[in-house]
Amino acid sequence: MDFGPFLLLATMEGLVMAAVLALTAVGLSLVFGVMRVVNVAHGEFFMLGAVLAWFVTASVPGPPALGFAAALVVCPLIVGGIAALADRAILKRLDYDPEATIVATIGLLYIFQQAALSLYGPDARPVQAPFDWRLQFPWFGYSGYKLAVVAAAALLLLGVRQLLVRSRIGLVMRATQYDRETATAFGIDVDRVYALVFALGAALAAVAAVLIVPIQQAHYLMGGDPLLLSFIVVIIGGLGSLRGTVLAAVLIGLSDGIVSVFFSPTLAKILATLLVALVLVFRPQGLFGQRAA
Amino acid sequence: MKDIPITRTPSRRGLLKGIAAGTGTLAAAGAFPGFIQAQSSEPIRLGFQLHRTGIGAAYGRWYERTAQAALQVLNDAGGINGRPVEILFEDDGTDPKRGAEVVEKLATQGRCDAVFGALFSNVVVGSAPRAGELRIPYLVCSEGHHVASGITNRWTLQPGITDVKSQVQAMAPWVAANLGKKVTMVFPDYAFGYDHRDFFTAAMEAQGGEVVELIAIPPTETSFTRHLPRIPSETEVLYHVMVGPAVLTFVKELGEFYGTGDHPEIFGFIDSLEAVDIAGPGLEFLEGTHFWEGHPRCLQPGASEHETFYRAAVGVDDNGASVSDAREVSTYAHMFSAWETLFVIKAGMEAAGYQGPDDRQAFVEAIEAMTEMPLSREHPQGDKVFNGRTHQVFGHQHISKVAEGRLEVVHTTSIEDGLYPDEVDYTTQPF
Amino acid sequence: MTGHRGAILGLHLGVIGVLAALYFVLPAYHVSNLARIMVLSVFAMGYNIAFGYTGLLSLGHALFFASGLYATGTLVQLAGWPAGPGLLAGIAGGALAALAVGLLALRTTGVAFMIVTLMFAQAGYLLILYFGPLTRGDEGYVIDRASRVVAGLDLSDDRTRYFAALALFALALLACLALVRSPTGRVLVAMRENAERSRMLGYDPFRYRLIGLVASGLLAGASGAAYGLMFGYVGATFASIQYSILPLLWVLLGGAGTVLGPFLGTLVMFYLVDLSSSVTTAHLMVVGLALLALVLFARKGLLGSLRERALPWLP
Repeated sequence: MDFGPFLLLATMEGLVMAAVLALTAVGLSLVFGVMRVVNVAHGEFFMLGAVLAWFVTASVPGPPALGFAAALVVCPLIVGGIAALADRAILKRLDYDPEATIVATIGLLYIFQQAALSLYGPDARPVQAPFDWRLQFPWFGYSGYKLAVVAAAALLLLGVRQLLVRSRIGLVMRATQYDRETATAFGIDVDRVYALVFALGAALAAVAAVLIVPIQQAHYLMGGDPLLLSFIVVIIGGLGSLRGTVLAAVLIGLSDGIVSVFFSPTLAKILATLLVALVLVFRPQGLFGQRAA
Repeated sequence: MKDIPITRTPSRRGLLKGIAAGTGTLAAAGAFPGFIQAQSSEPIRLGFQLHRTGIGAAYGRWYERTAQAALQVLNDAGGINGRPVEILFEDDGTDPKRGAEVVEKLATQGRCDAVFGALFSNVVVGSAPRAGELRIPYLVCSEGHHVASGITNRWTLQPGITDVKSQVQAMAPWVAANLGKKVTMVFPDYAFGYDHRDFFTAAMEAQGGEVVELIAIPPTETSFTRHLPRIPSETEVLYHVMVGPAVLTFVKELGEFYGTGDHPEIFGFIDSLEAVDIAGPGLEFLEGTHFWEGHPRCLQPGASEHETFYRAAVGVDDNGASVSDAREVSTYAHMFSAWETLFVIKAGMEAAGYQGPDDRQAFVEAIEAMTEMPLSREHPQGDKVFNGRTHQVFGHQHISKVAEGRLEVVHTTSIEDGLYPDEVDYTTQPF
Repeated sequence: MTGHRGAILGLHLGVIGVLAALYFVLPAYHVSNLARIMVLSVFAMGYNIAFGYTGLLSLGHALFFASGLYATGTLVQLAGWPAGPGLLAGIAGGALAALAVGLLALRTTGVAFMIVTLMFAQAGYLLILYFGPLTRGDEGYVIDRASRVVAGLDLSDDRTRYFAALALFALALLACLALVRSPTGRVLVAMRENAERSRMLGYDPFRYRLIGLVASGLLAGASGAAYGLMFGYVGATFASIQYSILPLLWVLLGGAGTVLGPFLGTLVMFYLVDLSSSVTTAHLMVVGLALLALVLFARKGLLGSLRERALPWLP
């Protein structure tokens, strides 16, 4: 293929990847920003969302769009509920001790993976996109649904931003993030805020999974990649900065896409990985983070 | 393996191995004195290294079912040498480290007479050294070229499934004659992919064809579209083989990429779509493309009685899915190896007059002496020829075309198509 | 603390002695398991120096383990070196990899350090695949039995392997003990507790963190090199992210910042997987629940909590 169309395709793929990254990272950005705990099971909430999406779409009759819409509502509710439960039953009892939380969430990871393996099975199963629309360029075809994911990501991110900036609950979350002790002194029930944030983060991961699963597949081990990628995005962006998260997603997505034009796939992946690492080496606070100890 | 310059010094190695083997026997005898004099009416215990979790789990589930079905048939017919047979299944997590530990567990704690069942080649290569040290027969169901390449040992055999080198060599002539001579290969950046790359390239050149581009995809990739423009426009055949949960994405994205426009002939390994419903959403694009199949997933007209018996015994319908759930598609092209390997174990043990672990060496020698394996209930995939020197079996391969969502066989290779010169002679190595 | 010098030395020597005695008591299966656990716990001890004592949460230690594994494997199997020098090269490989990573990654701290090490390790894993013609990628290769002889000791023999593993383990354990009780070790702990204050006292945090990381990489590399020679296999799986998370888990389970914790964590995790898979096919569930129970009961890890509640002198 000629260079021009190749670059066009790579850029579009980069944008889609950026959208996928931003979608998976936004939940973690919230949890990590407010609670400062490393939740190793975050990717598993994503996986649960995708697997539940398969169950929901498979059991709702009628056109695929109907089942998909149902999944968009049901999956985040269930996953959010599970997360709230996990927070109350486990993380709270550990006082969110950073080290203990890592072990506990690794434990949760095993439990969720086993549950998915036993109840859903080891296969990768496709979930049909709500619409089947293809864009045919002179040089290649492209999935219309992938472009819809970019739009959905933008909408969802705007929604989260509005929630954080405009609503009372957003204010409470930001207050808790800023200073936990003072928030408590002002009568904020920090425990409830944490449970809410943890549930909301998991629900956002599930929404992302439902949106993304038609372009990937539901599989019980699919949580690993979103976990790592969303950590990378959140930290490159700068802790607690939604704007940074989005910008980091675009940076990583585009560089990954465009580097692949010039190098063979594995070499491209190595270079893109090192590039991202070097961004942090020379800007340890992330793109939009404040310098802090 | 031809890429690795392995230094072989038979004399030194042989000497040291002899010493090691001697001390190993003493240690083994000391560890379970009571076991050596096992009663001949006791069950024969076989260990199964199972990919129950990890990325091989989709295969593992069907390997377990196939082995269970074969075990039932075996025991109903009187077991081995009149002794009943038990199989101990142990999960290796599709991980080479745990794989070696599982061989250990089955051999020493499980007191198994032999271990079989591993599919993923990293598990096989990671476990084979320990099996050799423990002097336990290790029969793999992997289709990797590792055993026949000579990197394993006398105790490691692959008598149930043809290796990749033979598969691709057997099919290249048909691909060159019917699909095209200019090939682009898309494969995982895995050793499994390198075998395809090296052996198919060589086989194509022997047919006067050429491989115009090689696209190796790293396993961390979850989206593939951006690598597809690398496919040169002169490509006549696109050859794809992928493994792991993202394979379906790859095939779907290929369909989106080419869309309704012209596309090269497409020849894939069914590994890309094992345990996946080929008539599922997004795969319409596969209509008219070709696949390698070790064992035809869809029941073919004129199939042998052994084929129908095997299918019913394992619980697979005419489309290759579970009889209890049509959405649950089997790993049909590979899982026959678990069945056939169990019956090779039976034949080997009976030929060796196997009584207990003392006879393990005789058991391996009995398998090495095997040659023809006729189409039968024991070998439902078809007749095979075993090469005792390389510890590798050779069988027929199938090329199928997707027609109305079904895989229809259009060509079956002969066993001779897949034969190649020996790369090792295990029979000259000490036990 | 000085008052417990005898108890501390006795405890650690006692553990080594018990492990030596276990060879003669345990069934063959557990003997072999213990050999694996001892070698891998050296990896965990290395991780503990970086994480438990120096406060560096790395997600890239698989790179250091794999550096040792591949340096030794490449030199012994592919270049025909004798195993002894190959082993030393593997140990040096782990330390050098840690030095190279440290020089860049230690410009960062906290979560950024975590991600930078993760990315470097991921690049290392991909490099192994990229050089597939040499490394055979994920499938890996076998180190011939004849090549696995160090100073006349055949590491493929069960007894030799067990005591070689024990020797490595004992050496690493005593070295860790000596390090944490040395002035350098105290500075490392000070870095973990309060880097700013240590800086004001005149210690250069970068330099001490680098020392901690290189010592950590050295042990990880030694573990990888020994693992390759003792079990005869080299493969890319050991460079994957999973093998960066495992030592973290082992250390946290046993107790971060305790000398014996890494060994205990490795031991407990090994048998959690092994025993649960004998009991049920859904064994990941059992492992997960056990981890939750353990962490709820002993938040600072097994030995960390024991130290907090009963034995304050435990190093």
